Amino acid sequence: LSQVSAALKEGRVTPTELCQRCLALIKSTKFLNAYITVAEETALKQAKESEERYKRGQPLGILDGIPVAVKDNFNTAGIETTCASNMLKGYISPYNATVVQKLLDQGAVLLGKTNLDEFAMGSGSTDGVFGPVRNPWSYSKQYKEKSVPKSHSEDEDSNWVITGGSSGGSAAAVSSFTCFAALGSDTGGSTRNPAAHCGVVGLKPTYGLISRHGLIPLVNSMDVPGILTRCVDDAAVLLGSLAGHDPKDSTTIQDDFKPFELPNLTDVSKLSIGIPKEYHAPGLSSEILALWSKAADLFKNAGAKVVEVSLPHTRYSIVCYHVLCTAEVASNMARFDGLEYGHRSDKKESTESMYAATRREGFNDVVRGRILSGNYFLLKQNYEKYFVKALKVRRLIANDFMKVFRSGVDILLTPTTLSDAAPYMEFIQEDNRTRSAQDDILTQAANMAGLPAINVPTALSERGLPVGLQFIGRSFQEKQLLTVAKWFEKQVQFPMIQLEEVKKHDNSVFQHQKSASFS
Amino acid sequence: LAPWIPVVGLEIHAQISSNSKLFSGSQVQFAAPPNSLVSFFDASLPGTLPVLNRRCVEAAVMTGLALNCSINKKSLFDRKHYFYADLPAGYQITQQRVPIAVNGSLSYSLCTDNKMGQMVTKTVRIKQIQLEQDSGKSLHDDTRSQTLVDLNRAGVGLMEVVMEPDMCCGEEAAAAVRELQLILQTLGSSQAVMAEGQLRVDANVSVHHPGEPYGVRTEVKNINSMRFLAKAVDYEIQRQIEELESGGTILNETRAFDSKLGCTVPMRDKEGKQDYRFMPEPNLPPLILYDAKSLPANVNHQQVINIDWIHERLPDLPSVKREKLVEQYGILPEHSFTLLNEDGLAEFFETVVKQTQMKPKKVIGWILNDLLSYLNQHSLTVKESPVSSFLLADLLNLLEKKEISSTAAKRVLAELWKGEGKTPLEIVKEQKLELLQDQKELEQICQAVIDGQEKE
Repeated sequence: LSQVSAALKEGRVTPTELCQRCLALIKSTKFLNAYITVAEETALKQAKESEERYKRGQPLGILDGIPVAVKDNFNTAGIETTCASNMLKGYISPYNATVVQKLLDQGAVLLGKTNLDEFAMGSGSTDGVFGPVRNPWSYSKQYKEKSVPKSHSEDEDSNWVITGGSSGGSAAAVSSFTCFAALGSDTGGSTRNPAAHCGVVGLKPTYGLISRHGLIPLVNSMDVPGILTRCVDDAAVLLGSLAGHDPKDSTTIQDDFKPFELPNLTDVSKLSIGIPKEYHAPGLSSEILALWSKAADLFKNAGAKVVEVSLPHTRYSIVCYHVLCTAEVASNMARFDGLEYGHRSDKKESTESMYAATRREGFNDVVRGRILSGNYFLLKQNYEKYFVKALKVRRLIANDFMKVFRSGVDILLTPTTLSDAAPYMEFIQEDNRTRSAQDDILTQAANMAGLPAINVPTALSERGLPVGLQFIGRSFQEKQLLTVAKWFEKQVQFPMIQLEEVKKHDNSVFQHQKSASFS
Repeated sequence: LAPWIPVVGLEIHAQISSNSKLFSGSQVQFAAPPNSLVSFFDASLPGTLPVLNRRCVEAAVMTGLALNCSINKKSLFDRKHYFYADLPAGYQITQQRVPIAVNGSLSYSLCTDNKMGQMVTKTVRIKQIQLEQDSGKSLHDDTRSQTLVDLNRAGVGLMEVVMEPDMCCGEEAAAAVRELQLILQTLGSSQAVMAEGQLRVDANVSVHHPGEPYGVRTEVKNINSMRFLAKAVDYEIQRQIEELESGGTILNETRAFDSKLGCTVPMRDKEGKQDYRFMPEPNLPPLILYDAKSLPANVNHQQVINIDWIHERLPDLPSVKREKLVEQYGILPEHSFTLLNEDGLAEFFETVVKQTQMKPKKVIGWILNDLLSYLNQHSLTVKESPVSSFLLADLLNLLEKKEISSTAAKRVLAELWKGEGKTPLEIVKEQKLELLQDQKELEQICQAVIDGQEKE
């Protein structure tokens, strides 16, 4: 980002040019289905205004003129917000989410809204009404080289892999260079999971640091806006522009937030890295296990203290999450009745029948399934058995982390996903609930405990697809977390994606450092 | 036949008097154009979040203190789920687990049956006070088979005051509610005008034989005036007694009061028991209140509420005001009740007393017997009285100085009532009502009368 920002300041490129290039790239990568809405007119208008400011020598900051994308579960005034659901198709919100407003206030150019699993429920970005998102790496030279061609006609279209989810559209957009940064959301891993599969940085901030006002909620007590960028420094920039108390969100902390620049860490000898043994989960691919081990060695060889730690309640987190998540979903979705906004069924016999038909027509199976489960858990006779118990288990999980951090560990290092991205055809063999339960296991405890966590792209798998590793930090210690992540990023030198479409639009602005990859 | 003991408890919803709603910034106003006071949050637009209104919390704390409650320094918010057209979010935010105030009491007085004037004091326990959102209004248009929804009221702050079943009849219920109403109006925490929906009462009624456990109770809703409250409660008590005596049973149901027919009827759409699926409201942290001892040192005063500070600034409650009136002016306790019962009457009385030499004990008679009966006859409030406190004081001064008789004074008052702008003195002159003080003149008149008689 700092490079682009400098280029804009020096006039080597204009905001309008930047915007146009991104829009063109979006068009030529349409097959990725990363965007639900492309706000071409407004984006160009914003770019023009930015240009005026640069001409006057008064840019608003480092984000001025930078094209960004926003997951379609954030409210954007005047631009459709659908949550990839029939319930909100055509819904044009009258207000901007606080984070969107902040981006716009700093001159960012909003290119459009990205695709997701319906209402952010899912781990593949495959269950939205606008269709699945395709991982840009499916079309990369690296993947194509490694994949076994079955038959010539089948090749391109059936072999593509998923982005992971639920912020798959945002991850794909950043990964394919159609924007410089994107907003996602993270409730159980929905920013970090697709970040890992798409080879980008995915940051989940501490709960309460960034405002949720305007983010259509999945689980109010776990949701956070997520940040997706191509490098850790960029994530720090975005964090700096978004964090801070919002009077409109009573769950944001009141403390002043000071944006920071990341130091270039050279000496890691004072660091203590924890390796939680429970994260060696069943189903973890041997590849990722090896990578994780290598990363631990990397820290050790550089002088850091690397210790094995235990988070004993990790294995209960999935079930606990399931109860709490579905209960909140049942509650949060109660407002969708077709009366004030959104889809309304034609059934007119009674208010009740209209509600029922509206909700049946508006929601997909995944959403409806969670609503039914959630209502079951909230029944008076079940409340103590499930909901209260889950809250208690949640407390235990959070305490696990506290104990470990109190014992002197600074950062935890874990895998982000169990394996690299699965081919779509394989992924859809199992249902959403099964997949979510499998895929969330490494990311979801951080949401339970409200801790900050980040995915850093680490290496390419045997199949030529990205694999990332996760760092989990202490509450509100994003600076330390990102500093360590930046150091790691520098060590591993993750390769740039080689995409035809991007090459065509190539320009010095898009270039990364290219060097030998980590694996 | 064994005697029946009726048991009456009340759930009272008082609309908080505040500029904006409990969790959003839209205005609170009665009778505004439909859907003109609705914020994004009130309309339940996705992504909106509740933000607690400080004034509403203060109102609840004041009310809790005035009702001798313990104020919970930590209270919680919950979601109560049900689907209804006037509840946009599909849930109401309320305080089910830990409300803001608990365990209080309210003292009220009734006139006893025997003589007019004797008053007896009763107490009802206050179980709790909780903060919660009001719902919108739905109007059913049966001719067009549609329901019209107005969300102006949706989200307005309410204090739900729960009174334990310590009352036994309509009169007690009405007296208790009346006293609560006065307290709320004195505090300013609610304007508590029943006609504007600012005070709504649900009555829980049951009957049982002495020594036996409480009977099945019914809930009577839709009572929107003090008069109807007593009627509804008494009707329901009677209905239950008759039902049980003829061998029937009482259903645990919700009934509405039909003011035209003067009876309670079952409410159609409240059949079956509702499971509200209560869940903590995740978007609102626990509400923490402080007192002088627990108040943290370096704190932003905009962000905290100090219970002791509020306590120090409570105005005199009606019971205290009455005591003061009795003590200061030597009037009877039942007089003080009437004075406080009519809006503005106590002030009127005190203003008159200040401007006249007549003793307060005498003034009170003119206020309660003459002025008040005129006002009631013409359905006027004290504010609307054509006879101002100054005029009345003038009149009473004439009487006190023996310039007119008390019969004459009543005639002058009748004339003043016409509101033609004449002063008492002018009326006295006009109608030649002056009392003759001159002994000689009186003798002459009497002599003339006697002389006249003799002639006949």
